[in-house]
Amino acid sequence: MRTITMERVEETRQAILDTVCSGVLTHEQKVTGLEKLSESLIEVLDLPPEYLKLKEAGVICDLGESNAPPRPRYIVPDYDRLFKRGCEFLELTPPADLDEALNVLSIFIRHVPSVTNFPVFIGFLDRLLEPFVQREDPLYAKKKIGLFLRYVDRTITDSFCHADIGPEDTRAGRLILECEKEEPKSVPNISFLYDPQTTPEDYALKAAETALTSAKPSFANHKMFLSELGEGYAVVSCYNGLLVGGGSYTLSRLRLGHLAAGAKNLAGFWPLLEQAAETMMAYMDSRIAFMVEQSGFFESNFLAKEGFISKDRFTAMFGLVGLAECVNTLMEREGKSGRFGHSKDADDLGVAIMKKLDALVKAHHNPYCSATGGNFLLHGQVGIDSDTGESPATRIPIGEEPEELSDHLVHCGLFHGYFPAGTGDVFTLEATALRNPAYLLDMVKGGFAKGGRYFSIYSSDSDVIRVTGYLVKRSEMDKLAAGKSVLQDTTALGLGSARNGHILERKRR
Amino acid sequence: MEERSVDSTPARAPVNRILRSSIVDGPGNRAAVFLQGCNFDCVYCHNPETITLCSSCGTCVPACPAGALSVGESGGILWNRDACTLCDSCLKTCPHNSSPRVRLLSPKEVMAEIEPSIPFIRGITVSGGECTLYPDFLRELGELARERSLSFFLDSNGSYDFAADRGLMEITDSVMLDVKADPENGAEYRRVTGNDGKGILDKAEYLAKTEKLYELRTVVSPGLFDPVAVVEKACRRIVGTGSRYKLIRYRPVGVRQEAAAALAEPDDLLMEKLAGICAGHGIEAVIV
Ligand code: SF4
Ligand code: SF4
Repeated sequence: MRTITMERVEETRQAILDTVCSGVLTHEQKVTGLEKLSESLIEVLDLPPEYLKLKEAGVICDLGESNAPPRPRYIVPDYDRLFKRGCEFLELTPPADLDEALNVLSIFIRHVPSVTNFPVFIGFLDRLLEPFVQREDPLYAKKKIGLFLRYVDRTITDSFCHADIGPEDTRAGRLILECEKEEPKSVPNISFLYDPQTTPEDYALKAAETALTSAKPSFANHKMFLSELGEGYAVVSCYNGLLVGGGSYTLSRLRLGHLAAGAKNLAGFWPLLEQAAETMMAYMDSRIAFMVEQSGFFESNFLAKEGFISKDRFTAMFGLVGLAECVNTLMEREGKSGRFGHSKDADDLGVAIMKKLDALVKAHHNPYCSATGGNFLLHGQVGIDSDTGESPATRIPIGEEPEELSDHLVHCGLFHGYFPAGTGDVFTLEATALRNPAYLLDMVKGGFAKGGRYFSIYSSDSDVIRVTGYLVKRSEMDKLAAGKSVLQDTTALGLGSARNGHILERKRR
Repeated sequence: MEERSVDSTPARAPVNRILRSSIVDGPGNRAAVFLQGCNFDCVYCHNPETITLCSSCGTCVPACPAGALSVGESGGILWNRDACTLCDSCLKTCPHNSSPRVRLLSPKEVMAEIEPSIPFIRGITVSGGECTLYPDFLRELGELARERSLSFFLDSNGSYDFAADRGLMEITDSVMLDVKADPENGAEYRRVTGNDGKGILDKAEYLAKTEKLYELRTVVSPGLFDPVAVVEKACRRIVGTGSRYKLIRYRPVGVRQEAAAALAEPDDLLMEKLAGICAGHGIEAVIV
């Protein structure tokens, strides 16, 4: 462990005191904040030579992961195993009916950690619950599922908590959609794994109707994820594609807009890109090595010991933001006029950058990522609340959206294929869409046909809205802005993004 | 720049505009094609600039702030699409309920403009004006739509004899049909639309029974006619066919000034009463 300066110790002490005395944070938010601050004093990672310089310049961002990671960032437990075998550590036997199933889930998910200490995946809820729902009175089943979802919303106070449903039609899936439509909540985030060829149209329509009233589920291109990650994938957290029984050790991100700002011209950009990508991957290697070799997580945590997760199902995510700003800067430096999302030249440059990154990431090998061929996976990161002048992932900046929604979706299709660990875009429809949910479905189908991966669509008068990847309630943001405490920690992130990322100014279609 | 002539060759039609994507012209996402020219002249018309074919009078030319309009060699009006800012000044100045932005297009040309939207739309809806003034154009466009597996919908004022045009009915998936006043009261229908509306309910029934009536539509403005009687009579003719009834609140948007001054907007109570009549016949009502 390296020593640190007294100045940094003093700064951290002040931050700890501020957290303790905050009038806005809830108790849980304080505890999580205090944990992060204490870990920030630890220096054990081997930092690659250029790392601190690039971090300082805002090119590489570790997304606030602690310096001594005590657990992987994202954990995706195998809930089938839980339902088949129970859990010794938590003294749970396999559930025999719906009440038991929901009880087992309620207990288990409280013990699935992540970077926020809340679970980022609570299961394929429809598949898990279907056998029990089949045997239950529909009204009773709906009531129990509704209460479970409410429990999740009020106790997992973090919108990165995610559940998946689809692509098969199930009674349980329909009940989940009904509950969410009738009582919109920001947690859990829900993905509808959708395959227009096999998912029944009326089931997909039900999902579309729910999305228009409560901003979820989002639509995930099931075929695309399947072809890259195989049967055992799940969509978790914002929209991250990861392996069930594993997860992601870490996620760092490259801020391409900041990177391009330091390049004189396009020719000067390519070597910078290579250096930054390699530095970031070396940094990720060092985090992973600490976690696997030193933290003892995989030897001591019951999830690993009982086989709900295993090291060989883990990977790591190479995130990026700001492709739009990167391309626009480079176009200007080259004396060209086209802008990202509006000119073929600019979009071609965007694709060329993605091809290069794809090659760099595939050329890097990490011994602990055998599940994904020893490679990290690209991830279109959604941005964080303090980002300014850098759009999430490969999105067209808010305020510059193309006139036609279908043109916008075609643009998504140029880029989404590069991100097996997830990327996505968000669209706001006028409230008239509520009368014609098939419109939403047609757009999603077209978007998938054009290579799109993941779309979140909500209507302009819904209270629950999608910020960049997660959900918050507009009414809760207003409360927080007025200085009152709110339940969900993500509300603060939403408010930051409303101020810095202009998410409330998205074009309405 | 294209110069328009007033008469249209058989397979071409004057196109007021093409929307590559519409959320309000039928189920799902659809391309909507608006044809120019109508044989009705409804008092509350929300798009009066689609009623008449341009007479090339030239009044709108100097009114264009972008210089997008000019008079061609043969006297026709030239519209420069690239220069046009869609400010609508020309529509406001035109004394003849027309538009200089109308283009005479073949079905193939229309299809070419819709092309980029194709994986995103489930069909095409042709509206107007009154689209059935151009049946040859419709039949050909319908064929092209079918080739691309797109459903083909028509939005009509009900003046066309659908039963007599088998070719058109074969390629048309569904029709949205207006009932604009009491069809059994020719004088009233004429006062509202300039046309006596004869046989409109027979057409509704024919379309409904052949499963080609997507919806009936009535614009409701209290005092203009008795909507209760109209909805009641219309419902009786489509009972049990699966067609729905769209009840449209009159709104002054786009309506000509003199008419707007005389027309009233309906309250929720009336709209709900009409929806209740539909429900009584087992017909799904949509209020917009
Ligand atoms: S809308 Fe009409 S007046 Fe306005 S720029 Fe276009 S042609 Fe000219
Ligand atoms: S659009 Fe109207 S004003 Fe312009 S030339 Fe035609 S008829 Fe005259």
